Amino acid sequence: MPLKTIGKFSLSYLQVLDDKGKLDENLEPKLSNTELNKLYRAMYLARQLDSRMLKLQRQGRLGTIPVCTGQEACVCGATFALRDSDWFVGSYRELGGRLMRGEPLINPMIYYNGYEEGSFNPVNDRTLPINIILGSQLPHAVGAAYGSRLKGEKENASLVFFGDGSTSEGDFHEAINFAAVWKLPVVFFCQNNQWAISTPRANQTHSESIAQKAISYGIDGIQIDGNDVLAVYKATKDALDRGRAGEGPTLIEAVTYRMGVHTTADDPTRYRKNAEVEEWSKKDPIKRFENYLIEKKAWSARKQKTMEDEIKAEIEQTVKDFENMTDFKPDSPFDYLFETETDDIKALRAEFLNEIGKDADNA
Amino acid sequence: MPKMNMIQAINLALHEEMEKDETVLVMGQDVGVNGGVFRATEGLSVKFGKERAIDTPLAESGIIGSAIGMAIAGLKPVAEIQFSGFSYLTLGQLEGNAARMRTRSRGQFTCPLVMRMPYGGGVRALEHHSESKETYWAHTAGLKVVIPSSPRNARALLTAAIRDPDPVIFMEPKHSYRAFKEEVPEKKETMEIGKAEIVREGSDLTLVSWGAMFHLTKKVVDQIQSERKVSIELIDLLTISPMDSATINASVRKTGRCVIVQEAQKTLGPASEIIARINDEVLMYLEAPVKRVSGYDVVMPYFGREKMYLPTMERIRRAIEETLEF
Ligand SMILES: Cc1ncc(C[n+]2csc(CCOP(=O)(O)OP(=O)(O)O)c2C)c(N)n1
Ligand SMILES: [Mg+2]
Repeated sequence: MPLKTIGKFSLSYLQVLDDKGKLDENLEPKLSNTELNKLYRAMYLARQLDSRMLKLQRQGRLGTIPVCTGQEACVCGATFALRDSDWFVGSYRELGGRLMRGEPLINPMIYYNGYEEGSFNPVNDRTLPINIILGSQLPHAVGAAYGSRLKGEKENASLVFFGDGSTSEGDFHEAINFAAVWKLPVVFFCQNNQWAISTPRANQTHSESIAQKAISYGIDGIQIDGNDVLAVYKATKDALDRGRAGEGPTLIEAVTYRMGVHTTADDPTRYRKNAEVEEWSKKDPIKRFENYLIEKKAWSARKQKTMEDEIKAEIEQTVKDFENMTDFKPDSPFDYLFETETDDIKALRAEFLNEIGKDADNA
Repeated sequence: MPKMNMIQAINLALHEEMEKDETVLVMGQDVGVNGGVFRATEGLSVKFGKERAIDTPLAESGIIGSAIGMAIAGLKPVAEIQFSGFSYLTLGQLEGNAARMRTRSRGQFTCPLVMRMPYGGGVRALEHHSESKETYWAHTAGLKVVIPSSPRNARALLTAAIRDPDPVIFMEPKHSYRAFKEEVPEKKETMEIGKAEIVREGSDLTLVSWGAMFHLTKKVVDQIQSERKVSIELIDLLTISPMDSATINASVRKTGRCVIVQEAQKTLGPASEIIARINDEVLMYLEAPVKRVSGYDVVMPYFGREKMYLPTMERIRRAIEETLEF
């Protein structure tokens, strides 16, 4: 008997603004100039804060930090498509997105200076804190979407970010499978920045794309230009809309690039060529978006100048506030262990306070 | 041989064993081209090729699961987990399979593999990069748990771990990676797994520690002994499981006093087992309650507060003095 074809699959790639800044008007998302300006500002702010924190780190005022430069279109564009009542679930390379969720500018400085206080978002209670265990956040997004649905918040969706490397973890596969089986409104947003520390994308998976993994789980998948913020916004918005309409999850592979070091503890010259970095620097997402806005007459040199000054002042004020922070309660780890302090922990806290009280090392 | 730090000593052991035995290989995230994030596997991919210095995809359970298969097939994989905080993803494979393969197959299949990983605090790292959870592994029958404290014993113990016919969890105190250098003999050297080392003999008090805490403890002993006439027996545990209670108990029988310093949290840390075994065999020789200095039973704080939650020289000193004066 001849073999018969039991499935045929195809996959799309979305780009709205190409590398040269040429626009495909049919695909252009309908955003007002005010909205576009807001999105642009978010990306610009993320870039500036990232650079400022890198400087602080190099001066020894922060611990190890990941660098987010070059990936602003991904995190900001996708987050822009989200409602405040949706779930934002991330790992550690979503600085701009976290700020858009209301996180104060000082938070990342506190966090990377070694204090849990920087993990707390006082504005939005549907934004999960930084999660460093790669892949482990994906099932959380699935469960949160399930929770929203069961509680009757039918319109609420989840957006979860992760890197190309993280797609090798079991949690990635398990989460997508669960979301598919449960037909949940989850957008799995892969920031394929080509590298997982020193491991290139090609060594991470034998698949030609990460997007095509969607096919094996029976869900929608798409590959997009991750440096084209309009494509990012459009793909995420469409996926969220489909999810809210009960059509299940989507896997988005955003093709982008990690312009900087993996973290400040990393030395990329050991494993990648500078020419590659230079090639990608021509595709800068902020520059591309700025050109589009200017072309559209939605932005001007004057507006740019005003924004730059504002952001600079805002960041410098934050750095000042950060440097003046001193008050960190020593025993706060005991406060957040359980809702109700057990007798055992109460005794241990007393022992701790007694010990540090006597301890000259800690004075 | 020139003096070397612990990372260089680990690297040396890996070179030596891969040279000697073609079935030995290293695998893990970023261990090949990049030489490991701490450079423990530096140079191995150039010298022995990509097939024996394997850059794996990013999946801990996959790394250890396939290491189990390799071990069953006659290889000796030395798998690196980038930080011990990510090793819990391997617990399913290690507890469920590696630890019991010999038992399950009546000795037909065995798992001579090593899982190496940096652990412990004090290096101003991010969340999950500072814990000491040796108990997780020691609590699994069928796994051996080794913690070196110096370049020389790291090289010797890693060599022993690679040659060991059973799975060994090799926990490297990352605080000690580059903290100091030591003479490492030119000649290959191994040490017996499951043996504690009496580093300094003494008669008034037994002091047990391991990993990075061993150095802090030793400093305190030096300080105290320069100030007053007291004789402290200093023991470096080196293997958490199987535990060398014979050495500890013989020492306690002699001194009648004991202090244990561990970085791990207090409840059910290795100190609890040491005390239980003292209780089993030499309780009647004790002249003071056994004291432990440890971490606290909280989620390990980010590095801003970390120092307060690790044993300090002051705390160790107080424990020693209180025990001596009891
Ligand atoms: C479970 C787990 N394993 C290992 C690590 C160590 N680690 C931190 S980041 C990283 C690479 C991640 O690559 P990718 O998922 O592509 O994200 P990117 O850093 O490129 O944004 C590794 C191996 C970790 N944090 N969690
Ligand atoms: Mg990546």
